[in-house]
Amino acid sequence: MSASHVKLRGVTRVFAATGATAAVNALGPIDLDIERGEFFAIIGPSGCGKSTLMEIVAGLLSPSAGSVMLEGTLVDGEVVDGVGVVFQEDATFPWLNARDNIAFGLLQTGLPRAEIEARVDHALHLMGLAGFADAFPVQLSGGMRQRVCIARTLVQRPRLILLDEPFGALDQQTRLLMGDELVRLWRETGATILLITHSLDEAAMLATRIGVMSARPGRMLDIVSTPWEPGRGSTIISDPRFGAVTAQLWQLLREESLRSMTGSGHRP
Amino acid sequence: MTAGRVRLMITIGIVGVLEAMCRLGAIDRFAMPPPSEIMWNLGRILVSGQMWPAIAKTFANVAAAGAAAIVAGVALGTLIHRWAALRETLDPAFAAYYAIPIYAFYPLFIVVFGMGDLPQVLIGFMLALVAVIMNTLNGLDRVPRVLLKTARIQRLGRVSTALKVSLPFAAPYVFTGIKLAVAYSFIGVIGAELIMSRTGLGYEIGYAYNNFDNAVMYPLIVLVLTVAASVNAVFYVWEKKLLARRRK
Repeated sequence: MSASHVKLRGVTRVFAATGATAAVNALGPIDLDIERGEFFAIIGPSGCGKSTLMEIVAGLLSPSAGSVMLEGTLVDGEVVDGVGVVFQEDATFPWLNARDNIAFGLLQTGLPRAEIEARVDHALHLMGLAGFADAFPVQLSGGMRQRVCIARTLVQRPRLILLDEPFGALDQQTRLLMGDELVRLWRETGATILLITHSLDEAAMLATRIGVMSARPGRMLDIVSTPWEPGRGSTIISDPRFGAVTAQLWQLLREESLRSMTGSGHRP
Repeated sequence: MTAGRVRLMITIGIVGVLEAMCRLGAIDRFAMPPPSEIMWNLGRILVSGQMWPAIAKTFANVAAAGAAAIVAGVALGTLIHRWAALRETLDPAFAAYYAIPIYAFYPLFIVVFGMGDLPQVLIGFMLALVAVIMNTLNGLDRVPRVLLKTARIQRLGRVSTALKVSLPFAAPYVFTGIKLAVAYSFIGVIGAELIMSRTGLGYEIGYAYNNFDNAVMYPLIVLVLTVAASVNAVFYVWEKKLLARRRK
């Protein structure tokens, strides 16, 4: 077993040419090591391939070149054990109530019924959904539906949790509170977290290390460590060091964001 | 006033007007007996037991045709949806399908399968099948990608993904297909009996018609109507219950 939980070597993704469009070099090459129990955030300009990178790590996409190892196991377009993903879009099943949505993954495992119920009840409490166990997704707000999705991932006790802009569709106050929830869960579960976000504040507030990606094809420009003790949550935003970190992140990103806005994916 | 009550009142109104027109001679007695008399005769026929074999045979065949079309339609729809090339090939055929008079094949089916029940069931099945396939495809087209990704993260296989994610999501659309399948099974089976057969309600209705026997023809038509409407109503209520949790 290798020392790091997530190990990327030369990961590249090229989207093949179709009739109308040329082949697009979307990502990489990227080298990256994420330690067990780390909270790693990735930021980058829009269209830089952050979500593609996450899908490759999750095993939903194969890299065109390079390799992804999770706990020493090669991931190549197949989802491996111990990985949970929370997507930006609403991934609740509209025909199931909150309880059954959360239990969905566990019901595939053949775990004893009592154990499933205990875990789901615990997750409902943990995510502040206790009064909504029987509610269907249409009856829940966007933030609550996202909490259902997070709970569905948590009950399976993944060792690696991938979050692809999970709060992207939520308002700022809800984002801050959900961020706090996430930090609390990270401390309680000890899982490794990889968070994709476009928010500098969110990355600085939550993560122990932040990978900054370039415009397309996305490469790792730099990795910034946060200098405070891990797991401070949203209270850190009043710390003067917080401003320094976000300023540093913005400095790295500014050029790249401009480049992605003008639409040119090539480096000069 | 609820929609259900309005429906009931409209039905009572229409029956009442028909009853009055028949009683007052506005409708000729040889064209149509009054509704009250039709119901009386229906009761008489049901009590006498003479029609029970025909009733049992027809509704069993309708049920067989409908059930087979629903099961096969959902299964084929799911398979075709997986296979893009097949889908592209078949789409125009599906669109043109209901322009084909399926009954034209009926004599052929009789030649191949004999005068038993099978040709009639087959007509009902063929009429119903494509409606189920088309609506299943329509529903499966709408499954959000993120739910399919979620299924992959949960490491569900293809069959499990279809049964636990895609088809449940598509259920409201599949349901439209199922309701059509019920209607088409009735039309197919009873129509075939009417055209060419020696048993069944369609045959009995046709036989009564040829003998100017309104005392049998109208009650049997009402019986078919009532059963078809009741089956549809059961599905309607079921569908409403299913959808209630998915809509605000």
